[in-house]
Amino acid sequence: MIRVVLPYHLRTLARVGGEVKLDVEGQVTQRSVLDALEACYPMLRGTIRDQVTEQRRPFLRFFACEQDLSHEPPDASLPDAVATGAEPFLVIGAIAGG
Amino acid sequence: MHKLCATQPARKTGAEIRKKVEMSKVRVLVGTRKGAFVLTSDGKRKRWKVSGPYFGGWEIYHLKGSPVDPNRLYASQTSGWFGQIIQRSSDGGKTWEAPGGGMTTGPGGMPAGESNKFVYDTSPETGKPLTTHQWYDGTQHPWEFKRVWHLEPSLTDPDTVYAGVEDAALFRSTDGGQTWQELAGLRGHGTGPKWQPGAGGMCLHAILLDPSDPGRIFIAISAAGAFRTDDVGKTWKPINRGLKSQYLPDPDAEVGHCVHHIAMHPSRPSVLFMQKHWDVMRSDDAGDSWQEVSGNLPTDFGFVIDVHAHEPDTIYVVPIKSDSEHQPPGGKLRVYRSRTGGNEWEALTKGLPQRNCYVNVLRDAMAVDSLDSCGVYFGTTGGQVYASPDAGDTWAPIVRYLPPVLSVEVQTLP
Repeated sequence: MIRVVLPYHLRTLARVGGEVKLDVEGQVTQRSVLDALEACYPMLRGTIRDQVTEQRRPFLRFFACEQDLSHEPPDASLPDAVATGAEPFLVIGAIAGG
Repeated sequence: MHKLCATQPARKTGAEIRKKVEMSKVRVLVGTRKGAFVLTSDGKRKRWKVSGPYFGGWEIYHLKGSPVDPNRLYASQTSGWFGQIIQRSSDGGKTWEAPGGGMTTGPGGMPAGESNKFVYDTSPETGKPLTTHQWYDGTQHPWEFKRVWHLEPSLTDPDTVYAGVEDAALFRSTDGGQTWQELAGLRGHGTGPKWQPGAGGMCLHAILLDPSDPGRIFIAISAAGAFRTDDVGKTWKPINRGLKSQYLPDPDAEVGHCVHHIAMHPSRPSVLFMQKHWDVMRSDDAGDSWQEVSGNLPTDFGFVIDVHAHEPDTIYVVPIKSDSEHQPPGGKLRVYRSRTGGNEWEALTKGLPQRNCYVNVLRDAMAVDSLDSCGVYFGTTGGQVYASPDAGDTWAPIVRYLPPVLSVEVQTLP
């Protein structure tokens, strides 16, 4: 079970309260986690990564286990602690703007 | 009896008119920098109920209701962080959903939702020439989708809606906002490489559907100009003859004009009114030619323009001092009304702040209702929404402290 923490506005959009729990088959990567997230919550498509290029939106970051994973390749394995559900995968909105 | 008299409705009594006013209802849809608001009142338009914010914290560029199903509303919800969301309501704004955002299953068991997907047409058949537009430095730049500025529901089908987007293009959905297809003939008609972004981006911000001709649509782009199709979007032509824009190298340029807004009266769709960056313009031939009608306005810079619901020659603008300052002249917020289709303008001030007012009124932030005494509404960047129940003679704020207002639309309900 993968745990994902979304920023406030995406929790509202997806109508979820706290963490999102996902089943991810096979290797646990940014791509497989986001694929599973968007499969369960299609309204999130395009809000975290571009609909066509699948690139991370510029004002969002990915963190886990106190590491910034934003620039890791999307098919790189996430830390074991994320894969086992011990630690959440965090989607963070940039602290910017008004 | 004269032949015409037989078809004319009987004159309403005072009691009938009062009853109609009391039973009628208006719903004002307000998009702001930090959410949407729905303001409702009866036909007297004195007391208002304020609902919202909906989508608090998100920019709501525009909301609009279907003319054939007033409870069907569409909203453009956008964010620099999270991109573009389309929202839809089927109960007049009480509840909302992202169409296509539900957990539906498509071919192969994959989720079918894709409501937020605006992808430019690059197909060989219709999208091949659609590659670049002019960038600020004069070089060519690829089209990049940013947001939806304006949603225009069909006049006949509540599931069909048009979207004007940045970078400028026109999209259409025929399934209630779930999927979107570009009407690529607009970008592909030939002048696209000469379009360029204005200070607010290169946006398609105005869409007018001709009620007398289902094939005819007018749109406006900043900074490219106005365009018309007569075949439901397959082919387009620029309609900018007569527009004069300072500093354009070619004074007779076909495109490159910063059109801020266009408006028409549904009973006379070949007459168009335009608030250009500078100049208020009028066309009597569906945009084939334009004449300036700024007349005695204190400044002919501004953003909004709209037409009275029952008087096709009564139009409204809000003059703004200049493109450098974006403030009402002298700190006095004044709507100007022309009852002659332009050139002769009167200032409407009663109920509007006449000192120390430095708000702006953005291009989609004025609308009219269709009650017997036409109501006029506009919103400001200071967060006020003003209403006039008497065609502009007097004004009062409905709300004073909303976030900066991006758009105002009005529905007149039975």
